[in-house]
Parts: sequence; C-alpha cells; structure tokens
Amino acid sequence: MSMVNPGFNARGAWAIYVRELMRAMRTAFQSLVAPVLTTSLYFIVFGSAIGSRMQAVGGVDYGAFIVPGLLLLTLLSESTSNASFGIYMPRFTGTIYELLSAPVGVVETLVGFVGAAATKSLILAGIILLTATFFVDYHIAHPILAIGYIMLVASAFSLFGFILGIWADNFEKLGIIPVLILTPLTFLGGTFYSISMLPEPWRSLALVNPIVYLVNGLRWTFYGSSDVNIWISFGLTMGFLLICTLVISFIFRTGWRLRT
Amino acid sequence: MSEPILEISGLTKVYAGGFKALESVDLTIAKGEIFALLGPNGAGKTTLIGAVCGMVRPTSGTIRAFGNDLAHNWRSARARIGLVPQELSTDMFETVRRAVTFSRGLFGCPNDPARIEEILRSLSLWDKRDAQIRMLSGGMKRRVLIAKALAHDPELLFLDEPTAGVDVELRRDMWRQIDKLRDQGVTVILTTHYIEEAEEMADRVGVIRDGKLLMVDDKDAMMARLGRTEAHITLAAPLAEIPPAIAAFPVHLAKDGTELCYRGGDGTGLGKREVADLTKMLTAQGIDYIGIDIHESSLEDIFVGLVEDRV
Repeated sequence: MSMVNPGFNARGAWAIYVRELMRAMRTAFQSLVAPVLTTSLYFIVFGSAIGSRMQAVGGVDYGAFIVPGLLLLTLLSESTSNASFGIYMPRFTGTIYELLSAPVGVVETLVGFVGAAATKSLILAGIILLTATFFVDYHIAHPILAIGYIMLVASAFSLFGFILGIWADNFEKLGIIPVLILTPLTFLGGTFYSISMLPEPWRSLALVNPIVYLVNGLRWTFYGSSDVNIWISFGLTMGFLLICTLVISFIFRTGWRLRT
Repeated sequence: MSEPILEISGLTKVYAGGFKALESVDLTIAKGEIFALLGPNGAGKTTLIGAVCGMVRPTSGTIRAFGNDLAHNWRSARARIGLVPQELSTDMFETVRRAVTFSRGLFGCPNDPARIEEILRSLSLWDKRDAQIRMLSGGMKRRVLIAKALAHDPELLFLDEPTAGVDVELRRDMWRQIDKLRDQGVTVILTTHYIEEAEEMADRVGVIRDGKLLMVDDKDAMMARLGRTEAHITLAAPLAEIPPAIAAFPVHLAKDGTELCYRGGDGTGLGKREVADLTKMLTAQGIDYIGIDIHESSLEDIFVGLVEDRV
C-alpha cells in the first residue's frame, strides 16, 4: 500500500521526470541530433560562409555574435515542443487517465513534465555550445548568469509548451503557435543581427517584439553588451514564467481540457 | 455491512452540453466486497468511476474514500485506489516492466523489482516483461493495464469493463485474479456488460440507468426477490379454460390452449417446486402433456427487466 505525503508526492514527480527523459532517449535522433544538425547548418551558413564577410557587431565577430541568438532559437523551439508533446500525447492516446487518477497535482506534474523538458533543453544547449566551438571563437563573459538565464528561459518556454499541449486538441494546433508565431518572432527578434543595425521605424517596431529582450538578455551574459536594458529582459522572462505558472495553476484548478 | 471504504452521496454530474450523466447517486461500498455495477451503454457507469478516480469533476455531491472527503484528502486517497480503464490506453512503445514500474512510482511507492516481478508473474506477463506493449495481443495489453493498476497495491480497485473484448479463457483467468484479490482483502468495483461476470463474481450488484441507480442489493437477495421460474407445458390436447384444480397456480393458457404457461417462484427454488406440484396435479386430473420447457430467470433477465421497467 502506498503512503503518500499529503502535500507533495516526490516519487510521483520523479517517476514522470524519468519517464519523460527516457522517452527523449527513445527518440534521441529527433530530440538531440536533429537540433544539433540544424544549428550546425546555421553556423556553417551564417557563421562561416556569410559571417566572414560581415563586420564585427559591437566589437564581437559576427560568427560569435550569433551564438546566443542561435542558442535561444533552439531553446525556445525545443522547450516548447518537448513540453507540449509531453502532455499532449497522453491526452491523445488516453493514457492521461493514469495521471489524473494518480496522487499527483499541479506541482508534481510540472516538476515531472516541465522539469524534463527544461532538462532536455539544457542538455541540448550544452551540446550546441560545444558544437559552436567547432565553427566560431566565442567566449562567455558571465558563465554563471548565462547558465541561470538559459535555465530560466528553458523553464518559461517549457511551461508555455505545457499550456500549448493542453490547449491543443489536434496536431495542427500543436504546431501552429511555434510555426506561425514563435519562429517568426525569433527570427525577427535579433537572432542574426543587432536591432541597432535596423533603420527606423523597424528599429522601434522591433522593440515591441518580446523575443528581442530574451535574445539580448542572453547575449549580454555572453558579451556584456545589449541593445536593451537587461533588467527589462530579466523582468520579462520572469513575468512570462509567472504568467505561465498562473495559467497552469488555473488549468489544474478548473480541470480545463484535462477533466470532464 | 462492514466498515465502508467508499461513500458516495448525492453525486450528480451534468456535462457542459447539459447532459445529466449522474443524478443524485448514493452508494456505499463495504471494505472487502466485490461490487458489480450493471447498466447499458451511456448509463453513467464510467462517469461514476471517473468521478471517484479524478477524471470527472462532479457537479454536486460528496465522495468519501477511506473515511476522508476526496475533495480535500485526494492525494492520500488516490494513492490507495487503482483503476483499470475500459480503453486499452497505455504507452505502446514502453516495455511491460517499465510501464508497470512507472505506475508504482507515480502512485508514490518506492521501486520494488521483486514486487513488480510478483505482479507480472501473477498475470502471466513475466515472459513478456521486456516486450514493447504494442507487440502484445489485446488480452495481454489488458493484463498490462491490470498490472499497472495493481502496481501500488491498491486497497480499492476499479475495473471498468475488465473483460471487454477478451476471449472466454482469458475472462475465466481474470475472474480467478479477481478472486485472488478478494482473498487479499482488496475491495473491487467492476462494471460489466457480461451478466455472467456479475453472477459469478459479485457480492452485491447495482443497476444503473440514465444516471440513476435503480437498485443496489445483495446479489442473492436480488435473485430471490426478483428471480422467476418460467415453465411451458405442451399439452397433448388443447384446454378451453384453466381447470379449477390448478387455478391456484400462476398459470395461463397460450397457443390456442395447447400450452400451459407457468410464471412464478422467487429465485430460491420455489418456482421449481411449484412446477413439480403442477405436473403432479395435471396427471391427477388426467390432463396429459407431451413436453416441458422450464427456465430459471438469470441476473440478466432481472437486469433487462429493470432497465426496461418491466419488473
């Protein structure tokens, strides 16, 4: 017979976390190799081929300049898709019954699903940074802050992905937000350029894009310079994380799309 | 009734579209009993299970499990409840052993390979322990779901249509499993379409229709109260009317007086005795007959009668 802590089922959270990581290992090619390959191609095209003809940006070689942006591009898409698939698939296959009938609540579920998605993103970030060393010379000015910020962004977008996975009721919806909103915003968010390179009114318009602040936040931890106030970057990321957490709490409290 | 393990009171569920799946259901389940919930499709059986197990949010009413209100102490209560769903829903790419081990952890139990082995062996799954679930037959997949539900040694087990789509041999095997659980003191609530299953397994039976619990009773008492014997006696020569000597029996004539029909008894054997007395009386009266067809009503007849409002 199981005796569960009435406040938190740590073994339950751990079981979900391990299962989700194992699931990623089962699909290691899709989970790890494919993003690394894609990022390598970006480095080859933008870093080595085009980058060698570009001027330094803010005193940083163009190839090195795009490292934080490319890292963020992968972090956002992978965190979102890992977490959204993680919760959508049990809903799609019906295995969600086990989660709903188990002694796990919102905290255990988030620790399990979002923790695993964020962990996968962190592993991926490490692999991408390692891969980048083969193509460009870069350094990290504030490594501890960089790790902290990567963890923060991975957690925030894993939470966001979790919401998407609960909201979506078909595969098309699952992909529509990342493809139609997240990817364009990321590409227009200064991944491959500094917004100071843009003419007006595009420069002012770019400041409306929240991804600009995320890219610059991470870029600051690498090179100590940013197009925007990094406190706004940090505040926005924290705010986004908080909003996602509140939305998920609401979902669990009301059972929206989970319980009938 | 011994100590209650589950107390449902005034449970109502109205879905968003206005469909009332459960209407003020009251039900108390005693510790250690096997309770069969019978009902046609859409009667509310799965909704009732879902409300207890956390998949369905009740509109009103209270559910107490192990003496605690589920709305407040759900974590501790759910850790002691197991569920085998109707659908074969499981991660098809996972291996049997990993799937069952995951379930044990999810319900807050420490990893125990010996216990997992014991469960898998008891369900004849040990040989398939490292097989992906998608490679198994339908019956074996259902066993995996049972193994997952038993992984945390629940005290209260819900089996939603446990033998749906399962062949006769496997069904009998599962009944033996349920018997073993009863011996271990596990309380079992099962829903089924197979009346034979309820007749074979259950201590008590509940009949549900249109979200209302029509009747809950001890199975044997229900059979005694609502059971009937039906006999059709084919006469050698037609009768114009019921002879006064047998008028006291619950009989009537059919098929132009060539068949004498008896319908009576109470499910405890009274009907059989009366039919025997009736045939003796017919012989004594010189009324010849050439055939007797006798039928004891089953739980199925009672169930059909209840859901069709004929009893």
